[in-house]
Amino acid sequence: MKRFQLVVGLVLVGLVVASAIVSLFWTPFDPIQVDGANRLRPPGWPHLLGTDGFGIDIVSQLLVGARATLLVGIVSVGVSAVVGVPLGMVAGQLGGWLDEVVMRAADIVYAFPALILAMLFASVWGASTVTAMAAIGISTIPAFARVSRAGALQVVASDFVLAARVSGTSRLGIAVRHVGPNIAPVVGVQASVVFALAILAEAALSYLGLGTPRSVPTWGNMLRQAQDQLFTAPLQSVWPGLAIALAVLGFNLLGDGLRDYLDPRLREVQ
Amino acid sequence: MRLALRIGRRIGIFAISLVGASLLIFMITKALPGDVAQVLLGIDATPEAVAKLRAELGLDRPLWVQYASWVGGMLVGDFGVSHVFPGQSVLSLIGPRLAVTLWLVGISMVLTLLIALPAGMVAALKRRSWQGVAVSSAAQVGMAIPVFWGGIIAVVVFAVWLRWLPANGYVPLTQDPVQWARHLVLPCLTLAGVQAAVLIRYVRSAFVEVLNEDYYRTARSVGWTPMRALWRHGVRNAAISLVTVLGLQVGSVLVGAIVVESVFALPGLGSLLLTAVNQRDLLVVQGTVMLLVLTVLGISALVDFSYLLIDPRQRTGDRA
Repeated sequence: MKRFQLVVGLVLVGLVVASAIVSLFWTPFDPIQVDGANRLRPPGWPHLLGTDGFGIDIVSQLLVGARATLLVGIVSVGVSAVVGVPLGMVAGQLGGWLDEVVMRAADIVYAFPALILAMLFASVWGASTVTAMAAIGISTIPAFARVSRAGALQVVASDFVLAARVSGTSRLGIAVRHVGPNIAPVVGVQASVVFALAILAEAALSYLGLGTPRSVPTWGNMLRQAQDQLFTAPLQSVWPGLAIALAVLGFNLLGDGLRDYLDPRLREVQ
Repeated sequence: MRLALRIGRRIGIFAISLVGASLLIFMITKALPGDVAQVLLGIDATPEAVAKLRAELGLDRPLWVQYASWVGGMLVGDFGVSHVFPGQSVLSLIGPRLAVTLWLVGISMVLTLLIALPAGMVAALKRRSWQGVAVSSAAQVGMAIPVFWGGIIAVVVFAVWLRWLPANGYVPLTQDPVQWARHLVLPCLTLAGVQAAVLIRYVRSAFVEVLNEDYYRTARSVGWTPMRALWRHGVRNAAISLVTVLGLQVGSVLVGAIVVESVFALPGLGSLLLTAVNQRDLLVVQGTVMLLVLTVLGISALVDFSYLLIDPRQRTGDRA
């Protein structure tokens, strides 16, 4: 069962990555060029899933949409982990007032969901892919800080760290040699789960017009466009949503599977 | 005495968080390239006109004075005046829209609990048979569904195909209660469905933990049925982790409500925020965001206090 989760997760994530890579070199049709003669074609041949209200091939747009999904996910989760993990490690290892300040700040940032931050940013700088990535990245820092802090606290209390400290290893040395490697699995699991959240947030932001501009095919943009044709072409709104759901499911399953694979101690009580 | 200290400390943290959050909102809006006056008047505006508007909006004052007057105003219920809706105060814009969002959020939260509690208990009790696995799998799939897609699909099925319910729009309760309810069914079910999927996982693991406790085994061994043992001993013990999760979910419920309002064209806080963001009506954005963040921080404080009600061990001061 658990092995099954990991495999399905890997396959779904692999599909998203493959779509993005393939779309860089080849798509069945032009994913941007408007084609007035081919508006709202039903699924069939040569347009496997049909065309949208501008006559653009749906399959081609779905493939290209995987790029925005991965780009926003990788950048935002990367930024978030690079900031959050060291903060959490420092807070957990040093403790005291520093710990208190970091965790209180994390609580404050946690009160700003990605969408709210994205709205603040968009009202100041105008909406773009960058403001969306910044909003998602910043809002997920507390998630990384918390798991890293909890992990660091556990590691620091262990006998091998005591031994290292007695033998004169510096705090930085302990962080690099002991805390880092020991919390890596938890951070990896967290990254997969946060990635799933980032995909949902990115899709919602472009759906609301607060992210990647309308002219670029993203799954969220496709859904906004499909909603205008709800009564004439309801099938249009199925495909992009399905793509988002499968990608999110993939990263969630990957996270769950990794948790059991990397560290049986973290396994949910059965 | 230690109890009073603990409550006092939590209220202090709440106050500090509010100051931090308001500073964060203020600093982000002050990072605007150029300033609001320039943005509102456009690049063609004469420097005199810009300077005049700046003075009117108080933008020529030092930053800390601007911050203090914004926060001071909010404390006495004055959130400032909208630039885009002329002559309307921010609060008069928020007021009528808040009702719509509160109905949506409130009804959805109740529905979420009505779905997630029984489903999660089934998933825990039957975790080794197909019913439990089915519930857990459904929750896993539900968690992956973006709330706006769920809404769109609901419209396709119930408004376009079956024609049972309206596709979008809103009718105030005071105007026509039946139409009000009909317009809220799909938005509330959409939001509740997505939230319930997340919650089911936590309900399940909270109850699975109870099932492994000695007191549960004892209750079962003296002949109590699983349901009775769970009800008498499980609920209060599981409540602590459930209340925590519910508190953490408040942010995502509010965000979900904003998105759902956009799908169903409901005139709530979310649509106000989107309009204000697109029109760069900064005081409306600042005020509404502050209100949302205040809600999240306030509920998180209330969650901490609720532990004292749920768990008598925590009232004595020695933390269990």
